[in-house]
Amino acid sequence: MKEISELNLPDDIRYAEDHEWARLEGDKLRVGLDDYAQDQLGDIVFVELPQVGDTFKQGEEFATVESVKAVCECYLPVGGQIIAVNTALEESPELVNKSPYGDGWFVEVNPSDLSEMDALMTNEACLEKLKGAE
Amino acid sequence: MKESVGTTGLILNESLLWEKGKKGRCGFSLPRRDVESFPLHQELTGEGPDFPDLSEIDVVRHYTRLSQWNFGVDTGMYPLGSCTMKYSPKTNEKQASLPGFAGAHPLLPATLSQGALKMMFELEQYLAEITGMDATTLQPAAGAHGELTGILLIYAFHKKKGAQRSKIIVPDTAHGTNPASVALCGYRPVLVRSNEQGILSVEAVAEVMDEDTAGIMVTNPNTLGLFEENSQKIAEIVHAKGGLVYCDGANMNAVMGIVQMGKIGVDVMHLNLHKTFSTPHGGGGPGSGPVCVKSELEPFLPVPRVIKENGRYVLAEDYPESVGKVAAFHGSFGVMIKAYSYIRTMGPKNLKKASQLAVLNANYIKERLKGILHLAYDRPCMHECVFSDEHQKAGKVTTLDMAKRLMDYGFHPPTVYFPLVVNGAIMVEPTETESKEEIDQFIEAFKAVVNEARQDPDRLHDAPKRCKVKRLDEVAAARKPCLAG
Amino acid sequence: MLYLPHTGEDIASMLQVVGVDDLDGLFSTVPEDCRCKGDLNLPEQLSEWELNDHMEALSHSMAVSPEYRVFAGAGSYEHFIPASVSYLLGRSEFVTSYTPYQPEMSQGTLQAIYEYQTLAARLLGMEITTASHYDGATALAESLLMAIRVTRRRKVATSSLIHPVYRQVVKTYFEPTGYEVVELGYLKNGVTDLAELDDMDDLAAVAVQSPNFFGCIENLQAVGEKAHDKEALFIASFTEALAYGLLKNPGSQGADIACGEGQSLGIPRSFGGPALGMLASIKKFMRSLPGRLVGQTKDLDGKRGFVLTLATREQHIRREKATSNICTNNSLCALAAAMYMASVGGTGIRELARLNHDKAEYLKKELKKAGFTITFDSPTFNEFVVEFPDGFEATYKRLLEKKIVPGISLAPYYPELANHYLLCVTETMSRDDMDILVREIKS
Repeated sequence: MKEISELNLPDDIRYAEDHEWARLEGDKLRVGLDDYAQDQLGDIVFVELPQVGDTFKQGEEFATVESVKAVCECYLPVGGQIIAVNTALEESPELVNKSPYGDGWFVEVNPSDLSEMDALMTNEACLEKLKGAE
Repeated sequence: MKESVGTTGLILNESLLWEKGKKGRCGFSLPRRDVESFPLHQELTGEGPDFPDLSEIDVVRHYTRLSQWNFGVDTGMYPLGSCTMKYSPKTNEKQASLPGFAGAHPLLPATLSQGALKMMFELEQYLAEITGMDATTLQPAAGAHGELTGILLIYAFHKKKGAQRSKIIVPDTAHGTNPASVALCGYRPVLVRSNEQGILSVEAVAEVMDEDTAGIMVTNPNTLGLFEENSQKIAEIVHAKGGLVYCDGANMNAVMGIVQMGKIGVDVMHLNLHKTFSTPHGGGGPGSGPVCVKSELEPFLPVPRVIKENGRYVLAEDYPESVGKVAAFHGSFGVMIKAYSYIRTMGPKNLKKASQLAVLNANYIKERLKGILHLAYDRPCMHECVFSDEHQKAGKVTTLDMAKRLMDYGFHPPTVYFPLVVNGAIMVEPTETESKEEIDQFIEAFKAVVNEARQDPDRLHDAPKRCKVKRLDEVAAARKPCLAG
Repeated sequence: MLYLPHTGEDIASMLQVVGVDDLDGLFSTVPEDCRCKGDLNLPEQLSEWELNDHMEALSHSMAVSPEYRVFAGAGSYEHFIPASVSYLLGRSEFVTSYTPYQPEMSQGTLQAIYEYQTLAARLLGMEITTASHYDGATALAESLLMAIRVTRRRKVATSSLIHPVYRQVVKTYFEPTGYEVVELGYLKNGVTDLAELDDMDDLAAVAVQSPNFFGCIENLQAVGEKAHDKEALFIASFTEALAYGLLKNPGSQGADIACGEGQSLGIPRSFGGPALGMLASIKKFMRSLPGRLVGQTKDLDGKRGFVLTLATREQHIRREKATSNICTNNSLCALAAAMYMASVGGTGIRELARLNHDKAEYLKKELKKAGFTITFDSPTFNEFVVEFPDGFEATYKRLLEKKIVPGISLAPYYPELANHYLLCVTETMSRDDMDILVREIKS
């Protein structure tokens, strides 16, 4: 497993407590799982995603990620309607390990209230929190 | 150190069944056709299954070779924590295969099945005596099935009182079957943490127990191999709020003849005949999970019940408050015979002795290995002890690596990564049927593994080397599941 | 004691290492008031030879063949089991191993269960089969719960011709869940009345057994079409797995889930257990299946091997959110079934199934000739319902004395069918056995 100093936490996205990330792209949000979470889970074998059109509130469970011996529930960092899901993960769940912020994204959301972003952490705050938990 | 038992014999390769068949062979003696043929409408008949055709010797060699890739208690020590892999006496197998038992139809009239019913009636009584309870059902087919039955009884009890409850308390040391059984009955499991001594504190239970809580489900001795010392006081708290106490009896092997759970506040518990009562586990069952209850829960037990009337045994269905049936017929009857035979050939004194020696063996291992392995809770244990890989972590050697390396020394690894409350747990349960020599050899093997972990960690990372296969790719198996050929 | 290897000397030296004086001292953490006073009140120990006598005596009171002719099926069938199967099944390495959590040391069990999953899937015409469940009844209950999870609906329809005890088990499992079971009645010809489905909505599943409890073969294709019209899953239940050696299998008729009892496949009746719960489905529902699954993979050298897989569905990982609470299943029974299916083979199972059918037809014909009514005229496999005249109870008792069990009375399960009996004939019954039965009933 990675040392905290080895983690990749880009500064153009926001992080939730449970290690989901959200990136604003125009007026929609792209959401995935951060480097820390994918590393802790290890080889990801399955990702269960919602359907396009489903609506979730901030903090509601929208996906589950499975490794061989663990299951992790994912909570939507900002509420809204799902407008796209990353179908590539069905065949290649390892994308979450290989490229958590790129090809390993989970869903795109049409956010219902962008101010919910304010509750999320910057990469620095996220890093501080991880250090504190050590 | 004596030479380890682990070595490599001649391990033969063997293909899959359908890779070796040839049309026209048959490994079955077809019975004589002494009636004419009656056509069945073509619309109803199918192609017949695509099974390979094999001769008898093909089948015999196939399974003989496969069996040699397996390790069982009869092969060597199998100290799998929480599983009680004790020796399964051979006479028990013989009794279960007696034609009168093995050939019996489950719906025979009672007059024609007195022997089976008498055996079941007596076994129910023996198990009630061993647990200090009032009545038993033998119907559940395994431990988790017993849990489900027990929680159904608790559900029926509260329902009859007219006030259903929504939660059941489950400690963090519980087997996963506990919360899963609770959830199957519509209850929400409420997690309570064990204290720094590894057991439940009275306060922690008092804090969560309320009048919307149907009861508590406690494994005692718990999965850390520790006796729940506060169990009586905890039962009082639960009872005071109208709840019931369920005891998961998976670890009963530690306390036969020493603690009768019914006398210390337990209302309902299950036993695993395939653990405590020596019936073999068969590579994952069949088991048998009888449930013993106090009299207040007896009216709810599954039907039919075996009762004695005028010196004859009968099956009685007329219990209007019963939860119904949890299995098609009477449960794992063949397994019951083995447990019954075990109890009869052990007798009361040897059952108690078995528990004492199981606890002696575990404490002996704990004392002799605690210098080299981190011991999670340094207290007297019951029938199992829990170590971890804390001391080996710095050298990048994990519990899994040590477990795999133990195989090369000819031992089945202990239970690993359970209970969850200990990181990298190594849970050792030797059982009473292992001799001191065998245990000493296991201890020496473990010491050698720990030594290698320091000096040559790669030897552990590459282990096992002497099995049929090397470490298997579980990630690939789960990503692209191939579940049939 | 035979099974306790410790000598006095061993005990003394081990106690010394532990640092306690005597065996009682090992239990210092058990509070005094929790301990038993006195010995357990159990019978004194028997020697192995005394046990033999005792068990021999108990087993002799049981009515079994060849002394008895038992024409009873109803979910538990007498079939010949080759000596090779019993012999192989007794191999200690299979019998005394645990669940294969350490795959490198359990390849025997794992490959054998993978082969079972494959042969069972082929028998049922389904894509995947689980490693096993307790019995046909619990497999049905788990299948219905699975359909409820998959469809997120709360109501299921089950045929009243599913084995009555299976339906009781379903009722028990469902009691605390709040899910609803509606029962479909049956028609005069002994098959399920599917028209009742027309007025039902929001069904998670429609479950029908074939051959059904009366032995009649159901039109599964029609059940599947009706179920799918309502976007419900079609569950095909069964008690006699051997029937699919001859009949169209559930998968070919549109079943989404097939579940039932596999005891007929090389497992002794053993007074009803242990049995073999079979549960198979289409691949789409793979991750919703309850119970264990074995999958194929490779080892570090690229060699073929097998592991338990998709474990994240199970209780030891997902705990209260698991697809079932099942842990120990009936693995050795699945192994017996695999050995049996391998032994009879594709050619053998077809002939064997035909023989079952033909023998039952022979008895049917002879009973008709003797003037008894075969109640339902639908085609059957190896069981059928006969109506005997009033007062048959006395004949039944007389036959028992002659060591013949002439089937199972249906009245306790279907009160409207007084004097109706369910008779079963398998390959183990000779023509003579059947002729004797008919003669004795008539006399």
